[in-house]
Amino acid sequence: MRFLLLFSRQGKLRLQKWFTPISEREKKKIIRDMTSMVLARQPRSCNFLHWKDLKIIYKRYASLYFCLAVDNQENELLALEVIHRYVELLDKYFGNVCELDIIFNFEKAYFILDEFLIGGEIQETSKQVVNRCIESSDMLQETMEEYMSKPAF
Amino acid sequence: MSPSIPLQEMIRAIRSARTQCEERGVIQRECAAIRAQFRQVDNGGARSHNLAKLLYVHMLGYPAHFGQMECVRMIASPRYSEKRVGYLGAMMLLDEKQDASLLITNSIKNDLAHSNQYVQSLALCTLACMGSAEMCRDLAPEIDRLLRASNSYIKKKAALCAVHIVRKVHDLGELFAPAARSLLAEKNHGVLHGAVVLITQLCERNPEALERFRKTVPDLVQIMKGLVISGYSPEHDVAGISDPFLQVRILRLLRILGRHNETASDAMNDLLAQVATNTDSTKTVGNAVLYETVLTVLDIKSESGLRVLAVNILGRFLLNNDRNIRYIAMTSLQRIVGTDHNAVQRHRGTIVDCLKDQDASVNRALELSLALVSASNIRTMMKELAQAASGIFHAAERYAPSQRWHIDTILHVLTTAGGDVRDETVPNLIQLITNTSELHCYTVHKLYRALLTDISQPSLVQVACWCIGEYGDLLLKGECQETEPSQVTEDDALDALETVLQSHMSSPATRGFALTATMKLSTRITENVDRIRSIVSIYGSCMDVELQQRAVEYNALFRKYDHMRYLTSVLYVIGSNEEAVVSISVRCSLQVCDLLDLLGGSEEPLQPSTALGLPNSTSTAGGDLLDLLGGLELTPLAPGLTHAHTHTHTHTHTHTHTHTHTHTHTHTHTHTHTLVETEREPEVKNLTKTKLQTETSSLRIK
Repeated sequence: MRFLLLFSRQGKLRLQKWFTPISEREKKKIIRDMTSMVLARQPRSCNFLHWKDLKIIYKRYASLYFCLAVDNQENELLALEVIHRYVELLDKYFGNVCELDIIFNFEKAYFILDEFLIGGEIQETSKQVVNRCIESSDMLQETMEEYMSKPAF
Repeated sequence: MSPSIPLQEMIRAIRSARTQCEERGVIQRECAAIRAQFRQVDNGGARSHNLAKLLYVHMLGYPAHFGQMECVRMIASPRYSEKRVGYLGAMMLLDEKQDASLLITNSIKNDLAHSNQYVQSLALCTLACMGSAEMCRDLAPEIDRLLRASNSYIKKKAALCAVHIVRKVHDLGELFAPAARSLLAEKNHGVLHGAVVLITQLCERNPEALERFRKTVPDLVQIMKGLVISGYSPEHDVAGISDPFLQVRILRLLRILGRHNETASDAMNDLLAQVATNTDSTKTVGNAVLYETVLTVLDIKSESGLRVLAVNILGRFLLNNDRNIRYIAMTSLQRIVGTDHNAVQRHRGTIVDCLKDQDASVNRALELSLALVSASNIRTMMKELAQAASGIFHAAERYAPSQRWHIDTILHVLTTAGGDVRDETVPNLIQLITNTSELHCYTVHKLYRALLTDISQPSLVQVACWCIGEYGDLLLKGECQETEPSQVTEDDALDALETVLQSHMSSPATRGFALTATMKLSTRITENVDRIRSIVSIYGSCMDVELQQRAVEYNALFRKYDHMRYLTSVLYVIGSNEEAVVSISVRCSLQVCDLLDLLGGSEEPLQPSTALGLPNSTSTAGGDLLDLLGGLELTPLAPGLTHAHTHTHTHTHTHTHTHTHTHTHTHTHTHTHTLVETEREPEVKNLTKTKLQTETSSLRIK
């Protein structure tokens, strides 16, 4: 995978994860291109696009668009499953996740993503294991905080 | 200095800013506060949430480079919460191009050896995300150590970190090969997945490694079999498939190992057949596995039976309701149509059926269909393609590489299969031609020539007649950039139209087109107006009622209001009410003429050359004319006039570009404009409300 973007229907970026080194300017341009391309799509068209030498897979969940860019030899259908898995993980963590959760807890969304993907590849295929790890990390943070008696994050 | 506010409050403040300017103000204030906080030596627990605020601001697109050093400091902190945000910041703000990234190498090294696995995990994740070649070389031995001796949680992450390292520094592949091999014996799916990805990476980079890893084919087959046959496993089950992610990765690795190698391919034949037949294809996830299987079968040296099975799976995909699946089936078939031509031919019917779809996949279907045409099936193919003609038109419209290609394609379809084209394509084509103003000359020449060769295809004839009527002046001018020059005289053009009028093959509708075109030509030619007059008067006693009425009205224009004939250039109509609208428009023009008589407008006869200008721009004068009427109260006028209004009203939105239509456009434009205006107001007010509503709707409810 090359990058993963989450943006709202108005084109506001909610999450960005880049798996290859790209300059800031390049990133901004890609974000602009992706949002305009994906938002221009008809509601019942195919979820796959071609852009430069990459395949773009996007899926809309409520008010959020999940946009994933992969190399040409990747399996697009599986990419859809990857997106779906991430949504399921978010849902389990936040309980009926909605866009607002991701806005106000963006760092948590990143932590969850980092337990699911590393370097653009899946690191754990079991939902339960990923959830357990996130919970443990959170616990670690909380106990440390309690120990240090500082306000929680 | 204002005290800094907690992260969530800042987010709220930014979101409630009503203008971009206000938002910038809030952010500038916050950034100033954050900068000040960074400069303080120790801030207690506030450090992590300051950095988090900066990261949020960064995501909105504002500069945040002053946070880089803070990331470095946070990563070095002993507190887990600070490390967590610090590493996140490093992944977002630092990349290998920044100098500051090198500074965290030491911290990462230390954290890789940390006693707590979650800290180790942070380091591994960050290294795999933004590690530069130098950092990778530095830390590779550490990663190798972790690959061999640690728990599954760390091993799986270390494997993917190794993948990143190999991508950055190819030579280090050698280092990880032995560890990768041994990881295949693990039971943990996460580790297995990481191992498969690592081995794939090593094989792709290094042919020697590929040779060595071929020996793992039996092990991979074994693992795969276990997944396919095993019963329900709650940990890894996705819609009845056991760990589809791992299955797909194994299939991909098998593909690489089996390519160009008979032995390896033989070893996996049975397995592939088993997966192809046993995988449940009712959900996307099953189809993802099947898709990967098909790709593997077609890429390795598989036996023919297996290949046919694979192509049949693709054929089944073409019938799937899901657009995505049809799309990938099409792209896959396209890739193999050269090598497995016969197998693909068997699914020709389904492929052509897909042409009726109006998605981008249609383009692929068209290419694929054309690739399947051969001497033996050309007749049937053309018939099948003709039925899908409207799909072709839609696809051509949306995805045409150039205007000229678009028009050529349409003309081509019309000439080959015009008889099977549906009726509504004629108006759509007329609209298309109108909108392509730079190609009017080219189009009219081409259509004229098509008309000379064959007048049996009604759609083609109708469009051609309309074109000649509309752009007759361009036809008669002679030179045209895009085609070979030809001399078309006024007589030639009229001959063509008369042939259509007199032919027994022409339907009444077609004759109507031809007659109207003839009439329109009267304003575009100079010498043969009398001939036109005589043609028109002949049809005044025609058996067909519609034609007769039309001819009579045209005759009236000739007799009474010769100078008003130019108004007929606005007789451009589409839609099923064609005849009705034509006659109403004519009546409208006649009534306009009567009106002007009443106003005494005929004192200044409108000279074609001055007031109405050249035939091309009759519209502007027509526009002036009706602007004159715009000031009048129209309702007391004859019902015919209001009828015209409602008719033109419904058609305006499709004809906004024709120059001949500007007069109707201006008239009804104000009407539609206000409608939009009033509708816009309440929308704006509710924006924030609806915005919040959509943001709170759960992502899972579909």
